[in-house]
Amino acid sequence: CTDDLNVSPIDPDVQTPGNVLTDLEGYKQLLAKLYGGLALTGQIGPASPDSQGDIVGIDEGFSSYLRGYFLHQEMTTDEAVIGWNDQTIKDFHDLDYGASDLFVRGMYSRIFYQITLANQFLRETADVGNLPEADQQQIVAFRAEARFLRALSYWHAMDMFYEVPFVTEENKIGAFLPEQATSEEVFKYIESELLAINDDLADPRQNEYARADKAAAWALLAKLYLNANLYIGEGRYTECITYCNKIINAGYSLDPDYSHMFLADNENSPEFIFQIAFDGANTQSYGGTTFIIRGAVGGSMSAANFGIEGGWSGMRTTSGLVNKFDDITGNTDSRAMFYTNGQSLEINKISEFTDGYAITKFKNVTSTGAQGSNAQFTDTDFPVFRLADIYLTYAEAVLRGGTGGSAATALQYMNDLRERAYGDASGNISQGELNLDYIIDERARELYWECHRRTDLVRFGLLTTDNYLWPWKGGIKSGKSVDGKYNYFPLPSSDVAANPNLKQPFNY
Amino acid sequence: QQTITGKVTDDEDGGELPGVNILEKGTANGTVTDISGNFTLKVSENATLILSYVGYATQEVSVNGRTNLEIKMSTDVTELTEVVVVGYGTQKKEDATGAVAAVSSKDFNKGVMASPQDLIKGRISGVQITNAGGAPGSQSTIRIRGGSSLTASNDPLIVVDGVPLSNEDISGVRNPLSLINPNDIASVSVLKDASATAIYGARASNGVLIITTKRGREGRGMNINYSGNVSLYTIPKTIDVYSGDEYRALVQSRVESGRTPASALDLLGDANTDWQDEIFDTAIGTEHNVSVTGAAKNLPYRASVGYTNQDGILKTTNFERTTVSVGVDPSLLDDHLKVNLNLKGALTKNRFAEEGAIGSAITFDPSQSPYDPTSQYGGYFYWRSPEDGSRIALAPSNPLALIEQRNDQADVNRYILNGQVEYKFHFLPELSAHVNVALDKSDTDGGVTIPETASFDVNQTLGDGRRSSYTGETKNELLEYYMKYKKELPSISSNIEVLGGYSWQHFYRESSNFAKAYLDETVKDSLRIDKSENFLISFYGRLNYTFKDKYLFTATVRRDGSSRFAKDNQFGTFISGALAWKIKEESFLKDVDVLSDLKLRIGYGETGQENVGPSYPAIPTVTISNGLARYQFGNTFYNTIRYNGYDANLKWEETVTYNAGIDFGFLDGRISGSLDYYFRKTNDLLNEIPIPIGTNFTNEILTNVGNLENQGFELGLNAVVINKEPFRWDFGFNLTRNVNKITKLISVDDPNYIGDFTGGIGGAKGNNIQIHREGQPASSFFVYEQVYDNQGKPIEGAYVDQNEDGVINDKDRIIRENPAPKVYMGFSSNFSYKKFTLGFNARMNLGNYVYNNIASQYATYTNIYSTQGFLNNVSPEVTRSGFNQPRYFSSFYIENASFFRMDNVTLGYDVGRVVSDKIRMNLNFTVQNVFVITDYEGLDPEISNGIDNNIYPRPRTFLLGVNINFQK
Repeated sequence: CTDDLNVSPIDPDVQTPGNVLTDLEGYKQLLAKLYGGLALTGQIGPASPDSQGDIVGIDEGFSSYLRGYFLHQEMTTDEAVIGWNDQTIKDFHDLDYGASDLFVRGMYSRIFYQITLANQFLRETADVGNLPEADQQQIVAFRAEARFLRALSYWHAMDMFYEVPFVTEENKIGAFLPEQATSEEVFKYIESELLAINDDLADPRQNEYARADKAAAWALLAKLYLNANLYIGEGRYTECITYCNKIINAGYSLDPDYSHMFLADNENSPEFIFQIAFDGANTQSYGGTTFIIRGAVGGSMSAANFGIEGGWSGMRTTSGLVNKFDDITGNTDSRAMFYTNGQSLEINKISEFTDGYAITKFKNVTSTGAQGSNAQFTDTDFPVFRLADIYLTYAEAVLRGGTGGSAATALQYMNDLRERAYGDASGNISQGELNLDYIIDERARELYWECHRRTDLVRFGLLTTDNYLWPWKGGIKSGKSVDGKYNYFPLPSSDVAANPNLKQPFNY
Repeated sequence: QQTITGKVTDDEDGGELPGVNILEKGTANGTVTDISGNFTLKVSENATLILSYVGYATQEVSVNGRTNLEIKMSTDVTELTEVVVVGYGTQKKEDATGAVAAVSSKDFNKGVMASPQDLIKGRISGVQITNAGGAPGSQSTIRIRGGSSLTASNDPLIVVDGVPLSNEDISGVRNPLSLINPNDIASVSVLKDASATAIYGARASNGVLIITTKRGREGRGMNINYSGNVSLYTIPKTIDVYSGDEYRALVQSRVESGRTPASALDLLGDANTDWQDEIFDTAIGTEHNVSVTGAAKNLPYRASVGYTNQDGILKTTNFERTTVSVGVDPSLLDDHLKVNLNLKGALTKNRFAEEGAIGSAITFDPSQSPYDPTSQYGGYFYWRSPEDGSRIALAPSNPLALIEQRNDQADVNRYILNGQVEYKFHFLPELSAHVNVALDKSDTDGGVTIPETASFDVNQTLGDGRRSSYTGETKNELLEYYMKYKKELPSISSNIEVLGGYSWQHFYRESSNFAKAYLDETVKDSLRIDKSENFLISFYGRLNYTFKDKYLFTATVRRDGSSRFAKDNQFGTFISGALAWKIKEESFLKDVDVLSDLKLRIGYGETGQENVGPSYPAIPTVTISNGLARYQFGNTFYNTIRYNGYDANLKWEETVTYNAGIDFGFLDGRISGSLDYYFRKTNDLLNEIPIPIGTNFTNEILTNVGNLENQGFELGLNAVVINKEPFRWDFGFNLTRNVNKITKLISVDDPNYIGDFTGGIGGAKGNNIQIHREGQPASSFFVYEQVYDNQGKPIEGAYVDQNEDGVINDKDRIIRENPAPKVYMGFSSNFSYKKFTLGFNARMNLGNYVYNNIASQYATYTNIYSTQGFLNNVSPEVTRSGFNQPRYFSSFYIENASFFRMDNVTLGYDVGRVVSDKIRMNLNFTVQNVFVITDYEGLDPEISNGIDNNIYPRPRTFLLGVNINFQK
């Protein structure tokens, strides 16, 4: 008898797909994995035994989507440096990453992991005829959200890696070699997907907490169009304004207190369009806002003030960001949230935490000052898209010649942000002061450490050129320009080796 | 003529030997000993007696005018070591066609042997055994002729009394084999080449170890044996660090020279603490074994009870084991039906210490006292933030607190039950049927307790502490039957033996984990239960054919089915064939007296590696997340469902082995040995490789892509150097040379593929110091080549720019040596004079390299002071490198760790009869880990993975033992 050889899992937590995808609840848990992929790193709390995290070959904490995204979008810019010695981590601020970089591979793997899971979700839900009618309706929305999340990851892929492998639910699991898509193809795909799912997504602000709705897709379209020149060589500012207007008219409002958007109870901010949800008790990882908050506490900073059990002495900022504020105390512009006690503005040694001002923006305490639910892992959600970004996007698109908006409205939006920051009109600007130089600096002041900076600097032609230098850009203290290829990250050599269809788009 | 009387006893256990044949040499005059081993015989004055007895070496004794003789007979060396247990039977070594070796209990290593592996360490060529460290009951790594895998297991298959064990870890015990009492073991056979191992098919690629336990013998009276010892464990060496005074001077001088901020001075304490002295202590162990052996009528039996209690030199470590073993071997139906029944049970209690304290003790500030009366953390000193006095999370933890505040214990019970039945058909006695049924089961119950006052409880909210508990269960069920047909065919000068069988084996494992707060019921880790199982179903056959007792041929085939693989890949067939030629039996050598044995062997075999790791790697599965990895929708947290990566085409690794060997003996066997050459190639090597991204639910997958080769030669020699009453000196030597090379690693041909990183190091997260690369040995060190000044001192941060592109980056890392020894040797010696014996065992490794992670991590000046407000000690070794910053990847830290280790020296004294003439006593004194000769700078050069990082020091052990035998 050899029938014994045909086994199926007996573990309560390990199943065959057919055993768990039997009802709406099962599909919702599958959808939760897609969203959770932005926040979590595996199936067993913050760290799995025996390398059972989602992404292997890298420390599980390093494999967090948001942690990787922060590293790629912030550490490469004037907004952040990191003092640790983890492998090649210092190459990011040096703008000197290579194709075998483990962190680059981690980010890339995580992005395509999301895409692969979304593809499987769509395959798995293609036929749910066995479910009750009402549940089938919900599955329609689930599928639209899966496509939104896939589009979001494809946007990150294109924005960071330019020309990337292309897989959809049409491909099957197993041995095949994905084709490489041009940025035009990826752009068109993202655009068509987001347009196609519009009707199936919930109306703005009507979905369950933390799930995407129409406005999330519009925000992604607005970002896509704002940066279109980078991907397809032509501006799409008019469409950008169209989608900014849709969002602005959808009932969002600026959070009255800027600082509240980065605290442990920020989940109900009226300004958030799409966020990654964290919870100290239930959604634990060594990435996400836990990394952003704990990694930024060191020196003489009191961990208790940040609602955490000890800082990790990692990230600070450069004078490039600090100098964008006229008053760094926060007394006039409340967005200036620096910790300077025992810290020097100048950075002599990146590895020394006390070199460079620390950032106090994100905290694991609530707006009433109480510690989050867990001092090890934070409750603080991370805003992916929020209204202030849409205001700035609108203003920039108008300044860059898009139609459908007006300069006066743009000024109004800019001053709305200023009045919130200053508490009154004292920081307001005039129409004459509103230009692209103002936009890029205001984006830094408003959105620093929210993972927009690298994309913004690339769009403005500032990341690699000598038009703008910041400390330790290019690996020297005074900063220097670097090769233009560093506007993008290399495709990991591991994937180029595994997939002969892939060509390195830039000279890495 | 005179009448002499005498008594014949077993030289090992003192048992009286009935039925020994005694013959006066050159005559037909003889007798047989009675039930008590006594005899009376009339002989001439200068007679020589010839004593012979089945299973014992024939012996000649000169009477020399004595009238009362006490004669000890020893088990026949040429019999016991020459009868080797092979798969599904035994074989005379002289008839073996494959590379097999055996060590019997008489020749086992002496001293504290916590696990069976230790018994044969250094004794057999081609077999390398390295224990993981000096903890009691610690794990031993066995490598037979190098590893045949990279990612899958490289452990040999272990078969105990016919039951193939699972080589998986058992939670709560360091070494699963430590659950078998070494005192119950009669012999250990090692099958090295594939012609010997292929009968075990898909589990045999890394060799097979066959353990046979002691049994009762038919016709022997009851014999009660007690052996016991008491042992003292001392720490042979600690890492050299600065004392408190030296450290204060060092910090002072660094502050004065401006290299360390002055605030460091405020942190200094005024104590002189030797932290290693705080956490290590001399330890004591005891061991008691009682066995009863004999035969009740025709029912041979053996029962034993053993008790071991051993402390470790790291404080609080303890290993306590109670074992029971019962074996009965009834013979029925005129010996046509033979039954063997075995029960082996072990109850162990392990207490583990936090071994992180070892590294911590090296680096903790020696100017601080271990205790601080103002400390809220159990009165132990801890590093406080200068700002608010809170604990600094990233500061090192007080090593003594790590040891004393953590209670980590596990109880593990294991038992192996098996019954074997052999039935010889009455109508055709050449044909026998065999059934073997076995159950091997273990249960673990363990937990860790950390009080709320522990400052190092960093994984949980401060002040909660932790009570975690875990359980484990493993089960291995075996059902096997085979038929054997054995026939002599004198008409064609042939002997033939055919065997065919079927086996079914089921492996099951289950574990659970749960943790709550120390003081209350707050759940810290929600209950998690893991279960998995797998099956192996096999058909096998073997043919042994002997022609004219000179030409021997063996062929085996095994067809194995494993549930780990998908349907189309479940079965694999493994074949082998071997030829041996007893050249000595040829007429042209028959009369060459100096040559007593000469045999040539050649063999070919295929084996597999079925233990790829996970139980379901080839079918689609999903994993449901636990309570800490949920995602929120609305007000509900959802446990997520994840698809797991899988490879539907996964199958086993296959290793082909070629072996050529020669067995020889000179001077009537006084010098004997064998020399083997082997070549082993693993195809379809499993490797975890990057997948083309987007094609599976992972970024790397375990799949069959590579090839790997091992080749080498091995030499084993045994000599009786002196054999002249009352002196005897036996000496054994073995030598192995193995060369390992990876020949293929990924599926595509990519000359730029640098390889797979492996060998994580301490100090900076995620860094690897080793690489698997095509064309190179597995786990080669991968480093920057250090540049030295003309005084031979390394220049900090200066490395050779290998590709001469002007920058030092990843592309300049090179392969520099690997951890495997180029040559390893074993030495054993036993010298006896009258009632004294003196023996030693030693080993030597040449050309093994170690990455000194202790030095690379702790011997840098910047490590002294952290701006967060704490200090670290450094090793004075820092003066050797002079490095300020950690330079983890410098070739400076790759050190030649060749060594010679005296494993044990034993002095024995045979007291003889005590109290009554039925009781005999032996005393022995053993020193283990006597000395090590090496140039390696670190604590111990013997590191199995080549990365010296936080090893539990191997103690030097002094042992006093007694053996008392009572013969009824």
